[in-house]
Amino acid sequence: MEESSGNMRSSEPTAAMKKVREKTAKKRSKEEEEEEEEQIFNFKDKPAGKEEEDEDLSDSEESVFSGLEDSGSDSEEDEKESDDNDDDDDDDVTAVESKQPKQTEEEEEKEEVVGGVTEREEEEKKEDEYEHDSSDEEDIRNTVGNIPMEWYKDFPHIGYNLDGKKIFKPIRNKDELDDFLDKMENPDYWRTVHDKQTGSDIVLSDEQVELVNRLQKGQFGDVNFNEYQPSVEFFSSDVMIHPVTNRPADKRSFIPSLIEKEKVSKLVHAIKMGWIKPRRVEDDTRGRFYDLWAGEDSSILGRHKMHLPAPKIPLPGHQESYNPPPEYLFTEEELALWEQQDASDRKLPFVPVKFSSLRQVPAFSRFIHERFERCLDLYLCPRQRKMRVNVNPEDLIPKLPKPKDLQPFPTTQSLVYRGHSGLVRSISVSPSGQWLASGSDDGSVRFWEVCSSRCMKTVQVGGAVKSVAWNPNPSVCLLAVALESVVLILSPSLADRQVVQSSERLLSGQPEADTSDAAGPVIWSDTEGEELNQGIRLKIQHPKAVHQVAWHAKGDYLASVMPDHSSHLQVLIHQLSRRRSQNPFRKNKGLVQCVSFHPVRPYFFVATQRSVRIYNLVKQEMTKKLQANSKWISSMAVHPGGDHVICGSYDCRLSWFDLDLSTKPYKMLRHHKKAVRGAAYHRSYPLFASASDDGSVIVCHGTVYNDLMQNPLIVPVKVLRGHVITHDLGVLDVTFHPTQPWVFSSGADATIRLFT
Amino acid sequence: MGGLQKKKYERGSVTNYITRNKARKKLRLSLPDFRRLCILKGIYPHEPKHKKKVNKGSTAPRTFYLIKDIRFLLHEPIVGKFRDYKVFVRKLKKAYGKTEWSAVERLRENKPTYKLDHIIKERYPSFIDALRDIDDALCMCFLFSTFARTGKCHVQTIQLCRRLTVEWMNYVVAARALRKVFISIKGIYYQAEVMGQLITWLVPYQFSHDHPTDVDYRVMATFTELYTTLLGFINFRLYHSLNLLYPPKLDSKAECELKEENEEDYALNSECYLEKLSALSASLARMVSSAEEEEAQLDQFPVEGEDMEKLEAREREQKEQEAQKKLFDGLKFFLNREVPRESLAFIIRCFGGEVSWDKSVCIGSTYEVTEETITHHIVDRPNASTQYINRYYIQPQWVYDCINAKIVLPVEDYFLGVTLPPHLSPFVEEKEGDYMPPEKVKIMALQRGEKPAQEQEDEEEEDEDEDEEEEEDDNDDEEEDEEEDEEESEEKNLKKMEKQRSQGKSLQVKVTPGKMKVENPERLEQEEKAEEKRLAIMMMKKKEKYLYDKIMFGKKRKIREVCFILLLIIDSHVDKTVCEAP
Repeated sequence: MEESSGNMRSSEPTAAMKKVREKTAKKRSKEEEEEEEEQIFNFKDKPAGKEEEDEDLSDSEESVFSGLEDSGSDSEEDEKESDDNDDDDDDDVTAVESKQPKQTEEEEEKEEVVGGVTEREEEEKKEDEYEHDSSDEEDIRNTVGNIPMEWYKDFPHIGYNLDGKKIFKPIRNKDELDDFLDKMENPDYWRTVHDKQTGSDIVLSDEQVELVNRLQKGQFGDVNFNEYQPSVEFFSSDVMIHPVTNRPADKRSFIPSLIEKEKVSKLVHAIKMGWIKPRRVEDDTRGRFYDLWAGEDSSILGRHKMHLPAPKIPLPGHQESYNPPPEYLFTEEELALWEQQDASDRKLPFVPVKFSSLRQVPAFSRFIHERFERCLDLYLCPRQRKMRVNVNPEDLIPKLPKPKDLQPFPTTQSLVYRGHSGLVRSISVSPSGQWLASGSDDGSVRFWEVCSSRCMKTVQVGGAVKSVAWNPNPSVCLLAVALESVVLILSPSLADRQVVQSSERLLSGQPEADTSDAAGPVIWSDTEGEELNQGIRLKIQHPKAVHQVAWHAKGDYLASVMPDHSSHLQVLIHQLSRRRSQNPFRKNKGLVQCVSFHPVRPYFFVATQRSVRIYNLVKQEMTKKLQANSKWISSMAVHPGGDHVICGSYDCRLSWFDLDLSTKPYKMLRHHKKAVRGAAYHRSYPLFASASDDGSVIVCHGTVYNDLMQNPLIVPVKVLRGHVITHDLGVLDVTFHPTQPWVFSSGADATIRLFT
Repeated sequence: MGGLQKKKYERGSVTNYITRNKARKKLRLSLPDFRRLCILKGIYPHEPKHKKKVNKGSTAPRTFYLIKDIRFLLHEPIVGKFRDYKVFVRKLKKAYGKTEWSAVERLRENKPTYKLDHIIKERYPSFIDALRDIDDALCMCFLFSTFARTGKCHVQTIQLCRRLTVEWMNYVVAARALRKVFISIKGIYYQAEVMGQLITWLVPYQFSHDHPTDVDYRVMATFTELYTTLLGFINFRLYHSLNLLYPPKLDSKAECELKEENEEDYALNSECYLEKLSALSASLARMVSSAEEEEAQLDQFPVEGEDMEKLEAREREQKEQEAQKKLFDGLKFFLNREVPRESLAFIIRCFGGEVSWDKSVCIGSTYEVTEETITHHIVDRPNASTQYINRYYIQPQWVYDCINAKIVLPVEDYFLGVTLPPHLSPFVEEKEGDYMPPEKVKIMALQRGEKPAQEQEDEEEEDEDEDEEEEEDDNDDEEEDEEEDEEESEEKNLKKMEKQRSQGKSLQVKVTPGKMKVENPERLEQEEKAEEKRLAIMMMKKKEKYLYDKIMFGKKRKIREVCFILLLIIDSHVDKTVCEAP
């Protein structure tokens, strides 16, 4: 059964089944899955009977092909049932179709194709058939109906004619070979169609072939049919006189519609409430331009004062050219640098490139970026008015009197005093200006004749000399030397006899009260033997290392400095004539750097690390405290007038104080590159000098006016160089000649130089 | 004593500024709306002089707006429109959510819109103000007009931008206002002088854009909205100042000529006219149909206190400008299809030349390749296939260089296949001491009317001069060195003597004939002056010193750079000679 059904199905005559395929909508709703299966199966119906046998094997395959849901459960029973159904359905279909008088146009066409010949033949004979417009009964030579023709496979006939007589098959059955030969030889083979119902071959005529072609193209079968006939409008806008139908109007056409009323009232309410606004009149002025500035009235004020117009984009330079001069292209180093740099540090935001012709220039990849950044700048970037300094740098240089007009001052190095083997820490000139004393780290004090640079005398004191100071009193000839914790008083006897005698007298003055001495921290002692021969007359033993000695202008008092953080015993004042020492301060006010006596008045200057204190020695109180504004004062000098002080500091500054003006520096001079080691005033000329570790001595002209209203005028006049920097130390001390505009400097290179 | 204690940060500069967030709250706007408002109204943050004071003692980074600006924004009608729009969006969303399509449609019809006319008028009270600020607008419109008509922004915006830029270019052609052009790697810069204002804009090359992802197109679109309005009004005014019709119409004569072509298959009818306009090949229709307006001779009114020299210089400049305007008069150009048509057509027409191109490249070509009277054929390929004898085949750079040089340059350097001379920026104005590329020197010589043969020598001479200057600079240093050397040698002598003395204890007394020390009085004077200056510099105040050092540093750097470039050139020369030698 199964096999037979399979066979039957596979050899279904297409002509008949095509009808089945075309289903009306009504039927389709009734259709079951099996039908669908068949339909799909029909789509891929095999043309030749060759595959008939193969077909049996692939039942399940078919169902898979059909894409049905129940394809997995193809039990045999189902299969049988479905086959039965198939048959029934087929019957149904034919029955339904035969009953249905109307068919779709398409169906007609299909039939025409298949059974065209017979149809045409009979067309003339049975005109009346077309009146019924039923195409079912058209092919009536064979009355078997719409059945699969395989059913007659085993019979000699293929059906019955109208009279009930059998229609026999053509005697000679064509086999494959015949078919093939026919295909090769018969020129009309392509237009030959096999009619299964009659079992005969039909050669299509030219008109029929053309008809087929037309249908294949999707055109109407009839050549003369006009597809675009003018349409007749039944319901046009024209008002007709007569009604289309004679039916009396309904009642509802005279009664206003409630639904519409409701809708309208809703809309009215919405309009009343302002929910619906009338359609806005299209504003066509938008995008239309007119003369905006026609009446240029000044009534609209410009922006406020603070308005800053955006700067324009800088114009491009040669680098941006597509074909720049070769010198603007990056070298390899520049390119590497450019790539390394952060985008904000780059000098150019792009790399210059050279193209040999315009057609090779590509699009700039950052174009939109740059535009966008400009936009951001315009509305996001805070603007600020920046005053561009447009000054001539020459105008910034202060107008100072020419140094030429401020002569005399030392200009050239004229003498070098050599002899020391260690760095020369301190120098001092005798009040007469004939002699120069120097103390060095090699443990010697040397006396030089200023004019000849000859070393007159060398005194070995046995220790690094920290400071030397010549007694300023011209009537005595004494030198104070500080080394380690001793202060020595030397009488170099480099003067005429009277002076030497007077100094001897001064030294031989007897101590007033020996008892008090013993209790004091200082021990005065006379020297003997070798030391005496060398000229060392007095030894003042201190408890700590002495760094500096300074004479009072009269030449009787001597101050010595012992810097110490913890002790209040830092400064001692010695009276030479009475061999008496006293400690003027009870409190420790900081590390004392240097001290100095006022040239005329009884004032005493004490420089600590950051300030200079001025004490009145008579009233025994502090009168002033000068703030040096520097980290560490190194040296100090007092103007011979006594109203001005200069302080050198280790942080390269020299500060000038005007005592009448303020306790703050009147001027800070940052001339030196390195620490300032020494500072000095000239006794009579308006000159001062500073010595520094950078190996230079800078001489400045500092005029001090008697008029209190006028500030001192400070003009640097000369930079003197000569000392060689050794061990990072340059010039250590500087001092002026008492009468001549000469300056002496001692350096770490063990020389003393005279600049005249 | 007495009186109220004054609170901190309630007086002074604090009262002038407001932070962005506060401003936003005051205006009751969302941040995007606030931004849009700032863009449209041209409000920008200010950097206060003392930021900490204004920031009430805090150093947190904040942007400050002037309080006056913000108050000014309070009464802006557009703020209301923004709010309307917000409401509209909300309603629309709601309608969508309820699928009330009729409501959606109704809302769509009533979509709130705003106009920027009053803002333009407010920001630029006079026309000149607007012209001054048009650079960015032009750049932006030219950029937008090159965008593809899909995606990034509305098609209408792009079309409007295109229309406005075409109108602008047509105006520049009609007014012959173009002054300078520059082909850079970014695009082509143009500079025009309109009513005495120099206007520079940049046009990108005609390529499709690779749209970056980190760019906010909404910001750009807002700017463009403003700029298109501005540019439209400016165009209107400019067209009327030249008695041209606005919106621009082609000259009737020209229109007839152009009609002949088969324009139907070229573009849609609606776009065709714009395309024809953008071809820039025809002149525009005037309101008053006067054949040729003769320019009235300007009278000269010498201003008091102005000397004759200045006057003459001005006159000369004017003449030069007139000459430049007629640079290409009588020349007939033909553009090959690979050259940038719009740019070249624009600049050639700006300077009075006639220009045409192949019919298939663009609409609006006026004559064929075969035309006999063509004088210059612009080609950008190594060699042309068919060459006509009676015309020059040149590369496009020639046109640009001619315009910048303001003369018709010799064509030899620009023939096909020839290595082009460098293209220099016309915007660079060298001051004294700046480096000037040799090509510029050459062009300047040509402008003066010298012949190129002589001028090469000049160039060399000038180079030499420069070298000499350099050497002088070097000399200064060397002199100082020499001085030191002298001192050192002296020192050495002295040391030697010292040694001898210390060793032999007795100096060999010997008189050697001394050398005359020749003192150059000039030099001495110079040295003296230099020292004087050094000493004076030492006495400068700290602040001034800092400034002075900065200025001098800049100057020195400049000199160094120039020297570096010169060195490079010398090197390359040397290389060349070395190469040539074998």
